Amino acid sequence: MIVEVGHFALVLALALALVQSVVPIWGAVRGDARAMALAGPISGGQFLFVAISFAALTWAHVVSDFSVVNVFENSHSTKPMIYKISGVWGNHEGSMLLWVAILALFGALVAWFGRNLPRTLRANVLGVQAWVAVAFYLFVLLTSNPFARFAEPPMEGRDLNPLLQDFGLAVHPPLLYLGYVGFSIAFSFAAAALIEGRIDAAWARWVRPWTLAAWVFLTLGIAMGSYWAYYELGWGGWWFWDPVENASLLPWLAGTALLHSAIVMEKRDGLKIWTILLAILAFSLSLLGTFLVRSGVLTSVHAFATDPARGVFILGILMLFVGGSLTLFAARAATLTKGGLFAPISREGSLVFNNLFLTAATATVFIGTLYPLALEAVTGGKISVGAPFFDMTFGPLMVPLLIALPVGPFLAWKRGDIAAVAQRLAVVLVLSIAATLVTWAIRGHAVLPALGVGLATWLMLGSLAEIAFRIKLFSQPAGALRRAVGLPRSAWGTMLGHFGVGVMLLGIVAESAWKIEQVLVMKPGDHVRIERFDVAFERSVPNSGPNWDEVIARFRVSDGTSNPPVIMEPSKRSYRTRSMPTTETAIETWGLFSQLYLAIGEAQGDGVAMRIYWKPLVLLIWIGTLIMSIGGVVSLTDRRLRVGAPTPRKAAAMALPAAAE
Amino acid sequence: MLIWALIAGMTAVAVSIVLVPALRRRPEASGPAEAGEMSVYRDQLAELDRDVDSGLVGAAEAEAARTEISRRLLRAGRRGPATAADGGSRFLPIAAALLLPVVAVGLYTRLGHPTMPDMPFAERKMAAPTAAPGAGQSIEDLVAKVVGHLAANPDDTKGWDLLAPTYMHLGRFELAAAAWRNAIRTGGPDERRLTELGRALTAAADDVVTPEAREAFTRAIEVAPSAVLPRFFLAAGLAQEGKKAEAVEAWRAIVAMAKGDEPWLPDAREELARAEADLTGKPYVPPVATPASPPSAAPAAPGPSAADVEAAALMSPEERAKMIATMVERLKDRLNGSGGTIDDWERLIRAEKLLGRLDDARATLDRARAALSGDAAALVRLDALTTGLKP
Repeated sequence: MIVEVGHFALVLALALALVQSVVPIWGAVRGDARAMALAGPISGGQFLFVAISFAALTWAHVVSDFSVVNVFENSHSTKPMIYKISGVWGNHEGSMLLWVAILALFGALVAWFGRNLPRTLRANVLGVQAWVAVAFYLFVLLTSNPFARFAEPPMEGRDLNPLLQDFGLAVHPPLLYLGYVGFSIAFSFAAAALIEGRIDAAWARWVRPWTLAAWVFLTLGIAMGSYWAYYELGWGGWWFWDPVENASLLPWLAGTALLHSAIVMEKRDGLKIWTILLAILAFSLSLLGTFLVRSGVLTSVHAFATDPARGVFILGILMLFVGGSLTLFAARAATLTKGGLFAPISREGSLVFNNLFLTAATATVFIGTLYPLALEAVTGGKISVGAPFFDMTFGPLMVPLLIALPVGPFLAWKRGDIAAVAQRLAVVLVLSIAATLVTWAIRGHAVLPALGVGLATWLMLGSLAEIAFRIKLFSQPAGALRRAVGLPRSAWGTMLGHFGVGVMLLGIVAESAWKIEQVLVMKPGDHVRIERFDVAFERSVPNSGPNWDEVIARFRVSDGTSNPPVIMEPSKRSYRTRSMPTTETAIETWGLFSQLYLAIGEAQGDGVAMRIYWKPLVLLIWIGTLIMSIGGVVSLTDRRLRVGAPTPRKAAAMALPAAAE
Repeated sequence: MLIWALIAGMTAVAVSIVLVPALRRRPEASGPAEAGEMSVYRDQLAELDRDVDSGLVGAAEAEAARTEISRRLLRAGRRGPATAADGGSRFLPIAAALLLPVVAVGLYTRLGHPTMPDMPFAERKMAAPTAAPGAGQSIEDLVAKVVGHLAANPDDTKGWDLLAPTYMHLGRFELAAAAWRNAIRTGGPDERRLTELGRALTAAADDVVTPEAREAFTRAIEVAPSAVLPRFFLAAGLAQEGKKAEAVEAWRAIVAMAKGDEPWLPDAREELARAEADLTGKPYVPPVATPASPPSAAPAAPGPSAADVEAAALMSPEERAKMIATMVERLKDRLNGSGGTIDDWERLIRAEKLLGRLDDARATLDRARAALSGDAAALVRLDALTTGLKP
């Protein structure tokens, strides 16, 4: 009965979404306040019923009700409780239910926090949001119903894919979906603005928190997915340029561009059309990601089931929303007023530069991800576009962007003074060159990693320098603290975000350039030296868990100092129901950021094939993304408004007549 | 009946969500109609003043910014408020509220199963304890206990000697091999441990005698030159490798080891005959329907009668196949009718597997599990038979 209540609640949510998709917009067109006022309560109701529905499915998973097909296919009575819960979204149907639940949550939040929005805008935004919701409710109910039942239920379930029986599943998909779906708000705002035919700085002000929140969740979701792949798959890699990863990177890149262009729109009333387009693009790429991952076009751990009907349905949704919004855009873009003018060298200019490179990078990843699929569809030929392609295209696009990154925040609005900026960043530049030279002297050989360290230093110190100059830390240290407190939180957010990029880059450079890898067969009693570590294989020990068995390989690792040796126990697991093996890696962190990584391969006689990696500073990759997200959160808590104070022409001209224009 | 009450209640809530705001005398004022744009610019002006006060923006920049924002404010003011109409028609909201239950109930009755009860696993297990596959749980508990003990005392030979055959019974051969290795590590190599290690490795490799298994068997013979079982496996391994002549030699040597009354002798003779037939390319004619099995695993249940076997030897291959099939059917009928011991079930499943009737074997296995569900030891033996039956 609980299951059926959940099913009916989902149908009711669809019915409410249908009302919400028509009545408020009709009200906005007719100027009917009564109809417009319906949008808020209905959004709340929609969320209420989806929440009931989600709770019902969770209950079915928790009590292992195998009369529900979804539970039978993805659960088992002996599965540990945490995976019974996270297993709710560890499958296609459940994850789509999570998707609509988050969509409804965001709708309810817009209704709640948007009470100060102009009436028509609010009605239109919630109406558009309901269109998206209707499409996905129908998708869930008609092609991926998590509440399908068995008349004669089997006694035991098929268990969850062992790779997903991990803590990562509890957090990675919800975070990613919060990001994907969060961009639907930006999309709804963009579509609403186009429907109304007017768009202004206030619009950017309202969209910013939603975009920022979505961006924070997406950043965390991608980082979490990357760390999960790193420790669970046992290949030691953290980013594979896998189409599924790219599918999440695409909206992230577009969303990052949107975040920056919206600043120009809010402060200077500029880049309006472009910002609207980016808002549409960010959500379209989220939908594309959903399509790629959910349709079965790509087979991976994410493609829980491949069913052509689902693929066609999502493709339909994709075309409807991307096509519809772009048509609307084409019809209305010309009527949007242009914003303020600015010189090429200015804060606006630097943000345009940022957008140019980010969108070019998006295009690169887009082509690298979709070209092989298109080619296979047309000619049937299979090609693999992997890391080399992205290293050759994405890499070079990122370098100028990262070099320019610390400069941007120093530039004034409207027209900046590059010479003055150069003067301020001179010390940072000298320190970065010093870091490059020192790295090169110590590590020798390759120049590229040393340059990478230099660039990372440039990014980190450059972001710090910007704050230091704003609070006049060195020129007037007396009032610095007062100014630091008075600084808008968004400024701190910018600093943290940019600083995080530098930290991440340092991790990437160190991991790629200086990792050490050993693949060998070891028998009990064998030793191997890697970097400064002595890794001794003691013995293999069998062990059994609730729904799996494993053979643990016990290693004693000493780091060549007097520190007590560390026991590391990688294992090879076999899950009983699916008889599928997984590798449980053993990872130990040394010196805060560097890791020793042990993974077992196949058994070879008395011994086992071992993959042993030394990964210097690898944790910085994820710490960097974490800092970026924290920057986003800090910026989100900024309740103050952004004001773009342009440097008056005369003052600038007096300071440096030649460089200004 | 309760489900319909709940459906009615939920529908009423949904309808009232639409209807209540629609029927309200004055529509809820959702934000100032003028709102937004102008207030944002006013806030921006106030913000600018604060920034000037805290010294973040210079006076000249502030003046320029103020001019710009004021210009935008004026422009926004000229455009005027978007719409100011209050009130409005009640028709559409009421129509929507009336249609809502029709859509929801209509769709749900097509998709849902309102009368179907929930079936939590725990309740079903209580209702039908015999059918629950968790009946063998006590063995799992035992294993968990031993594993826990061994984690604390990894040098307890007795523990490893106990755990390893249990894993073997449960069909977890890789774990059994690891356990035997530990037993050898702590208790030293002896005939049983080495032989069983070899068996575990062979079983883990789907009955292929791998080089590692061969090494274990060879060492077992070194430790106990009179051991027969490891020789069986080594000989079988030679045949698997295609070394037919050497296999024949090995079987001959085994047969020569016998004094004459050993229980394994008939099996060895049969294997020898099979190997010789294989070497000469003649089709091998098995004297009995049971698969060749090592002596320790020889079925204790009554096999075909001596007369049957004798008769089989005189038949053509077709007739023999028919007889085997008849015997299997006979056994099956008996088990389905009046049930039987675990030995009988085991024999039937093995025979069906041998005849390649894997679907039948699976079905038999399920029936056996149901029939013997009270007997934990029997369930373990049935589990061991699932190898090769996984779909």
